Amino acid sequence: MSDAAVQIRQVYKIFGPNPKSMVKHVKNGISKQDLMDLHGHVLGLKNVNIDVRTKEIQVIMGLSGSGKSTLIRHINRLIDPTSGEILINGQNILNMTKAELRTFRRFSISMVFQKFSLLPHRTVAANVAYGMEIQKLEKRTVSERCQKWIDRVGLTGFESYYPAQLSGGMQQRVGLARALATDADILLMDEPFSALDPLIRTDMQDVLLSLQSELHKTIIFITHDLDEALRIGDDIAILRDGSLVQKGSPQNIILNPLNNYVAAFTKDINRGRVLYIESVMDDGIANDAIKIQHDTVIDDALQVLIQNNTTYANVVKNRNIIGQVSLNNLIASLSRPKVSGDSPV
Amino acid sequence: MNFDMPPAMDRQDLRDLKKSIDLGFRDFSRAYGDDLEAFFDPLLYFLVWLEKLLLATPWPVILLAVGVIAWFGARKWFVVVGSVAAFLLIGYFGMWKDMLATLAIVSVSTLLCVVIGIPIGICMARSDKVRSLITPILDVMQTIPSFVYLIPVVMLLGIGKVPGLISVCIYAIPPIVRLTNLGIRLVDKEVLEAAQAFGASPQQKLFGVQVPLALPNIFAGVNQTIMMALAMVVIASMIGMQGLGQQVLRAVSNQYLALGFMNGLAIVALAIIFDRISQNYGKRLQKHLEGGRDE
Ligand SMILES: Nc1ncnc2c1ncn2[C@@H]1O[C@H](COP(=O)(O)OP(=O)(O)OP(=O)(O)O)[C@@H](O)[C@H]1O
Ligand SMILES: [Mg+2]
Repeated sequence: MSDAAVQIRQVYKIFGPNPKSMVKHVKNGISKQDLMDLHGHVLGLKNVNIDVRTKEIQVIMGLSGSGKSTLIRHINRLIDPTSGEILINGQNILNMTKAELRTFRRFSISMVFQKFSLLPHRTVAANVAYGMEIQKLEKRTVSERCQKWIDRVGLTGFESYYPAQLSGGMQQRVGLARALATDADILLMDEPFSALDPLIRTDMQDVLLSLQSELHKTIIFITHDLDEALRIGDDIAILRDGSLVQKGSPQNIILNPLNNYVAAFTKDINRGRVLYIESVMDDGIANDAIKIQHDTVIDDALQVLIQNNTTYANVVKNRNIIGQVSLNNLIASLSRPKVSGDSPV
Repeated sequence: MNFDMPPAMDRQDLRDLKKSIDLGFRDFSRAYGDDLEAFFDPLLYFLVWLEKLLLATPWPVILLAVGVIAWFGARKWFVVVGSVAAFLLIGYFGMWKDMLATLAIVSVSTLLCVVIGIPIGICMARSDKVRSLITPILDVMQTIPSFVYLIPVVMLLGIGKVPGLISVCIYAIPPIVRLTNLGIRLVDKEVLEAAQAFGASPQQKLFGVQVPLALPNIFAGVNQTIMMALAMVVIASMIGMQGLGQQVLRAVSNQYLALGFMNGLAIVALAIIFDRISQNYGKRLQKHLEGGRDE
């Protein structure tokens, strides 16, 4: 078995009265608009293939309506595909019976929602306990674990508050604690921080990253904010009109956008602050040069060069020199790349 | 061609038709009336027991009970004081026994409506088919003049407490059914989706999420049902139900102005007390949905 925890295989999703009969049109390449106009069906997903590596954060990006929520809901079968397979740890979840599916949702996968979706009639503590109650855990275990997660997300003292009495950021902390408390290995997050103010959003990203450095969950994280994607993602997949257009490491997406749609996402990014010199270095070793760590961002590397009054440096990783950078090539890589021809966005 | 009247059935045929319906129903009630009565016996015993209990209870105890219920329902002093004062006045004007009889009837019929109505409302909310079946029945129940369904009820069960109770229930049950259905259907789809994502079974969704979130609406339904039950006690007294309603009826047929008003106002007082208590209780139920820390 590969190291992929979640494998999405040739998934098609069509909304409408008779979706199965539409698959052949979609396979023949009908556009989303034509499918709507000629056949009255909505194209949700089209031949999506994604492998999510275990213990990594897979970000999924795309404009509104591109099918992100639809896709993530396939992974715990809140939505069933029109055709295709979804394998979790090698098992096709589409073959599960209702009871098996419930067990799978209780123990193996949990979810954080864009609008928090807390239970308004339950207190913070009771919300965090919800998943564990459904798992039928012992009362003592529930209250212990409940307190642990409430403390861990920084809500100590708010146990008896109702969701409506909390700010958005605090509500999403409850959502996060509720999802983590079930101890599931896979975490689905559908734009969890989109509804929050920028500052609070950064806070929550920090919370998530620090949790992840301990917990090592497999996380599927949806966002339409590239800064967030770059900060959080180990890998980014970009959807457009239900199709996967590009998937790769954040550095690769920025350096080599496949088309204008992807480039449009990356064009406002501060490249100097996100690109590592490792991603833009040249081969070879410079004589007599200072050394800079491979995961230094371009801005910082430029600073080092200028301070040392030099124009080139070697790139080191684990004490080995793996390449070289020069002032010129660093500055050049700050400019946006040309996109290899594609239809305009 | 005659344009004064649309085509009508032959008079003789019409008379025969009505007669055969009447006779058919009479045969039916002769055949099954006793069984039906036996079926409703437990209800009768319960009602009689409650009435006797209330009548046997010393009046200060009843006042105390009213005060306590008002406090726990409404948590407001003026509701407590108002309720107790109203009960005292009703007693002072000699309507104590009739009021207790009415109280018993209204309590039992409300209980009956809740026990039957909420499950029906839940079924309606869970299936569109059931809803499209029940909605027209509720429409008929709410619009048909209540005198009309007194006829078959009396033919089947005669005159007395049980037929009175049943006609009160027919009149008072629609709001609780409707509002239970509405409340459950209005529950936020996203919250329901969250419950599902955590692996909740259909029952866990129903009792853990839908019903609790529908409670404010269900409670509004209970409140309406109580009000309608009270409104029906006068009409139900025409088929032998005792209580304040019967005195109103007596006043109407004998032109006793004072008697009519006093008993009428006593019904109004009961209605206001029930309403304030149950409404305040309902409001407290949904307090957590708004902001603001309670307690
Ligand atoms: N139940 C449904 N019935 C019909 N069409 C649907 C349904 N759910 C989603 N769609 C359609 O599928 C497409 C993808 O929707 P989806 O909600 O997955 O987009 P999204 O990428 O999550 O967008 P957003 O960023 O706005 O959340 C849209 O065109 C939407 O209208
Ligand atoms: Mg979405």
